[in-house]
Amino acid sequence: MDATDQKRLLREMLFARRFEERCAEAYHERQIGGFLHLYPGEEACAIGVLEKAQAGSDYVVTGYRDHIHALKSGMDPKALMAELFGKEAGCSKGRGGSMHLFDPDVRFMGGYALVGGPFPLAAGFAKAIQLRGSHEISICFLGDGANNQGTFHETMNMSSLWNLPVLFICENNLYGIGTAIERSTVEINQYKRVAPYRIEAAQCDGQDIDVVMAHAEKAVNYVREQRKPYFLELMTYRLRGHSMSDSGAYRSKEEVEEWAQRDPIGIYKRRLVELGVVSEDEFHAMDKAIQDEIENEIVRYARECPEPRVEDVARYVYTEGGSTHG
Amino acid sequence: MAEMMYWQGILRAHDEEMARDPLVFAMGEDIGVAGGTYKATSGLFAKYGEQRVIDTPISENSYTGIGVGAAMVGARPIVEIMSVNFAWLAMDQLMNNAAKIHYMSGGRIRCPFVMRVPGGTAHQLGAQHSARMEKVFMGISGLRVVTPATPRDAYGLLKSAVRCDDPVVIIEHESMYNLKGEVPDEEFFTPLEGVEIMRQGKDVTIFAYNISVHWALDAAQKLAKDYGIEAEVVDLRALKPLDRAGIVASVRKTHHAVVVEEDEAPVGVGSEVIAILNEECFFELDAAPVRVHALDIPIPYNHRLEKAAIPNAGDVVAAVKKMFGR
Repeated sequence: MDATDQKRLLREMLFARRFEERCAEAYHERQIGGFLHLYPGEEACAIGVLEKAQAGSDYVVTGYRDHIHALKSGMDPKALMAELFGKEAGCSKGRGGSMHLFDPDVRFMGGYALVGGPFPLAAGFAKAIQLRGSHEISICFLGDGANNQGTFHETMNMSSLWNLPVLFICENNLYGIGTAIERSTVEINQYKRVAPYRIEAAQCDGQDIDVVMAHAEKAVNYVREQRKPYFLELMTYRLRGHSMSDSGAYRSKEEVEEWAQRDPIGIYKRRLVELGVVSEDEFHAMDKAIQDEIENEIVRYARECPEPRVEDVARYVYTEGGSTHG
Repeated sequence: MAEMMYWQGILRAHDEEMARDPLVFAMGEDIGVAGGTYKATSGLFAKYGEQRVIDTPISENSYTGIGVGAAMVGARPIVEIMSVNFAWLAMDQLMNNAAKIHYMSGGRIRCPFVMRVPGGTAHQLGAQHSARMEKVFMGISGLRVVTPATPRDAYGLLKSAVRCDDPVVIIEHESMYNLKGEVPDEEFFTPLEGVEIMRQGKDVTIFAYNISVHWALDAAQKLAKDYGIEAEVVDLRALKPLDRAGIVASVRKTHHAVVVEEDEAPVGVGSEVIAILNEECFFELDAAPVRVHALDIPIPYNHRLEKAAIPNAGDVVAAVKKMFGR
């Protein structure tokens, strides 16, 4: 990977961090409503994996912590922020919200609120790919908590049985909402849980984007070439709460502090500084430019664009102009 | 015009749609090699192969979700659930995903998903194989729910459902698969909306759907012959959305209404139809509308108790006689 790409990746992770932090502010200012689940600490997972996929061609689906997966899939950040602000120009026209981002134009197939719900959807995209005989793959990002749902086991079984080209990415952040993995799950190494389904699997550090990319490249190539599922577990940690309403009582300050030392942006920045790809001054300039862009272009756009018309509240229940008789 | 059985109508619709469009596929328990519990998919496995006629494991929620996912990216799944009672296990994928994706994506993602399920009381199958679920499905925004009473509509509704861009649930009946009836030789489509008048009458409207259409027709014959009461029998057929105008039009003519349902009464089809009459044409009614329905109990195993639990043509006759003071 050349220096330009390395710098771009650092910028993407930093942009993701600042974007999410600005969302938190907008939430406190009551410009964003509902539930809001933010991604700081886990940036290397979505960005590293999707760097190795074909954005806009491969299908991507995830749960409710979905902002950065949508961005890296190619969603316009203005459409994302507008959605969070509940606006008509939002990616889901203000009908979805933070947990339900959609952009079929770049094949980002959604954020979903029901834990484990996207597993079979991802396998379904793969089934359609199989019927078409095309080259894409389906990529499903979910947390460790989702693996205790029936859909995990049912979908692993069917994906393997039917050779579906689907890549399962488990972002193991060690907590299912506010319950530690040891307290909810017998086998805490998630990649071992797909062995009975004879799915190839691996586990790696999710904080170092170079490590993530190396494993993701292998995983993506395997699924694309073998036309079979693969399961990649990324060990990660969310530095913020589960959502904006999180007491934090389930984990210690020391633990959070320890993981903050392994912040994916910090790890990558230090490496690029050592390699001479980026200087401290450049990094700060980059950060400033990102924050300016978010404030002056993205948030401003989201704030100023119009809300949906109340007259349109019942649109989109059914498809418009669709046939009901052949 | 050929006479065929209900299951043969369903089979013909599958066959025609699968021959026309390579992205139409069927999945469910025992539908392939075994040919389907009620033969409705027999011969398709040999003709279209295992990629398009898929015997699923007994994992209702996830194979439903695989169908939903495939539908979201352009395939046309026909998912069979062996008994509607098992569809409870698929409610998450059906209700949270299939029904809501079009709306919550602001109309950007379509879900042309079809679920076929037999529902109703057959022959001593016990409480967990004898319930109906239309009251549940018809309460979910975003779904279409239709229910064929004849071989013609078993064929025509499936044809329309496969071509429709909205999710459609088709409720069949265990006891009707061998029912014979005329089906036109040329291709046709039964609309997914609107009622059908099965028998013209001027004195009372009997609303029915699925198997209760046959009880209503038997009752109408007896009412005409023995009591000189001319009943109009209206097949509701589409339970979601209900055809308010069609329901009201018949009652404006007869000024009397009886609703016949195989299900228990609370929160059901009858409640909904009578609410519509109250809202739309209360002053057209010459008598309080009544429901003929199952007892509010789990369906028992014993043959006599089972028979006592569900209504029949005699109950419809009794209800109409009572309404007319006969």
